[in-house]
Amino acid sequence: MEFTGTEAYLTNPALEAAVRCSLVLEKPLLVRGEPGTGKTLLAEAVAQALGMPLITWHVKSTTRAQEGLYHYDTVQRLYDSRFGDHDVRDIREYIHMGALGRAFQSPERVVLLIDEIDKADIEFPNDLLHELDRMRFTVMETGDEVSASHRPVVIITSNAEKELPDAFLRRCIFHYIDFPDRELMARIVDVHHPGLDRSLLDHALTAFFAVRGMDRIRKPPSTSELVDWIAMLQTAGADSVELDEATPFLGTLLKKEQDMQAFVSQVSGRRRF
Amino acid sequence: MPSGDEVTRELSDPHQGPGPFFLGLLYRLRDQDVAVGPTEALALAAALRAGAHDDSVRGFYYAARATLIHHEGHLDAFDRAFLAEYGDLDWDTSLTEQLREWLDEQSGRLDDLPENAEMPDVAELLEMFEQRKREQQERHDGGPYWIGTGGKSPLGQAGTAAQGLSTGSSGGGRAAIRIADMRSYRPYRSDVTLDIRQMEVALRRLRAFVREGAHDELDIEATIDETARNAGEIEVVTRPPSRPDTHVVLMIDVGGSMFPYSQLMSQLFSATKKATHFKELRTFYFHNCVYGKVYGTDRFTEPVWVHDLLRECGPHYKLIMVGDAFMAPYELGQAGPWSATDATRVPGIEWLRILTDHFRDAVWLNPEPLSRWSGTTIEEVGRVFEMFPLTTEGLTEAMAHLNRGTPARRG
Repeated sequence: MEFTGTEAYLTNPALEAAVRCSLVLEKPLLVRGEPGTGKTLLAEAVAQALGMPLITWHVKSTTRAQEGLYHYDTVQRLYDSRFGDHDVRDIREYIHMGALGRAFQSPERVVLLIDEIDKADIEFPNDLLHELDRMRFTVMETGDEVSASHRPVVIITSNAEKELPDAFLRRCIFHYIDFPDRELMARIVDVHHPGLDRSLLDHALTAFFAVRGMDRIRKPPSTSELVDWIAMLQTAGADSVELDEATPFLGTLLKKEQDMQAFVSQVSGRRRF
Repeated sequence: MPSGDEVTRELSDPHQGPGPFFLGLLYRLRDQDVAVGPTEALALAAALRAGAHDDSVRGFYYAARATLIHHEGHLDAFDRAFLAEYGDLDWDTSLTEQLREWLDEQSGRLDDLPENAEMPDVAELLEMFEQRKREQQERHDGGPYWIGTGGKSPLGQAGTAAQGLSTGSSGGGRAAIRIADMRSYRPYRSDVTLDIRQMEVALRRLRAFVREGAHDELDIEATIDETARNAGEIEVVTRPPSRPDTHVVLMIDVGGSMFPYSQLMSQLFSATKKATHFKELRTFYFHNCVYGKVYGTDRFTEPVWVHDLLRECGPHYKLIMVGDAFMAPYELGQAGPWSATDATRVPGIEWLRILTDHFRDAVWLNPEPLSRWSGTTIEEVGRVFEMFPLTTEGLTEAMAHLNRGTPARRG
């Protein structure tokens, strides 16, 4: 099993080696990096390249570890008991598997994406340690054990901002996605906008990296913003673009009012404090 | 590069051989306070056994990085350790021949690499790299310097590309030493953030919850009870959701003697700010000792009278004082400079007593090392406040103390 990216997802040797280690060691791959560096897309690309189904678990601030395992729908059971058109004696009818549960039960090996694990409670990753280690858990209500016949390929993403517990980190293969350099960025844009005018690409990239390098930009634009911006420029028929106060569609790149102001003050050469 | 079996044998029987050849790398990481241990060593050994390194130095670099490093803050340390350990290997050559020879040569050195082995410090290491680099450049120009290749030119050996290592733009022919030497992860080094998490976890101990607000959560247990009592007719019972109920007053000393601890202070401050489990967090600043007033900003503006503060914040607030409590004795014993307008003319130590008398739970966190506590004003303040060192352990103990005997206030 070898992962070398897909047509739409470009990789580098470091990322390929990390995926390879994760596959052969059957350990979760933790991917960190700035927003917009393609952390989530990696899981889709791996699933596509290895021909495995993808199961995604989007973590939110209120997500608890239990939800990933299973959910016991008491309310439905109570409701059914009232009308008597279901056999409510079988509790298994009311146990619904979460993302982890489905990944374990799957008859084939799957890719399990735990997306943005840092969004949940600070203790959340620790609550999953055991299940991810053993790849099995017990349904309390029935005593059934759910265990993985094929250990899923687990890919976990996290923003660079938050820290994860050491015990959790030790169990993972780690990869930090660097922000693409100019060369790679040109290839990425090429995937999204094939046959783009060279001079426009050149101008746009120069402008893009100049904006990213500016001081006091709170939320620097990322890959997806660049791709959108170029789409806008193309639609408008632009063949070059300069960074000044009249730069077209700047709102696609900078989404915050303060960033816009910081930009304007810097391109016009006046520094405001 | 030894075969997988060799790696295992060497791992399981350290007395027989020099241990796995990558042990030196692990110890160099440990020297830089990167906590790698048996877990990582076994993971790397397993990865190599499975061929994850693709039989090349480049592959080994990436495989080792993915298994040994768990945080981008340590990537730079890894580059340095790799440079130090393998600085004279060529990036694009196959590992097999070279490392086997290299292993033989190194075995003597690995033998005397017990835990207490004396490692050169970072400055020395850096100097060593520089020297090796120069050496490499010279000899590389001059002829085959490469260890163990026995006359074969390593550059002619570049067999890795055929292994599907589609290096593409990464540019073949670059020496490992130069890749690692780019030290592109230097900006990610952060000795700060690593500790904020520990602080956050310690602060979590102040969690307490109370149910209040609109009844919009289904109480399943009660619903089942009531439904059963109702002979099967559904009787829905709801309750208010549980919300955090911890109120905290944080007072920080920003006096001149606190300057050496400013980084520690900002860590603690950001950890408290991030703590979402406080219902209310009030932060105030003072200089050396509290006299009558505390301030809303660290530039001593927005003054608040302590008496007003005590009226607003009931005894159930948890008081956390942070400061070195190190001052001239008269600052504690005499009334403060502002007391001229304050009829009470209360000395500093009395103000501290007023605080501890009011708040049921109060602690003082002190960044000064314990050894300096005795015989100074710290000792005196310590008689008024329960004092803890501002370390992860101290913080944890302090939080436990704040929770001691005070169950979550209901209603």
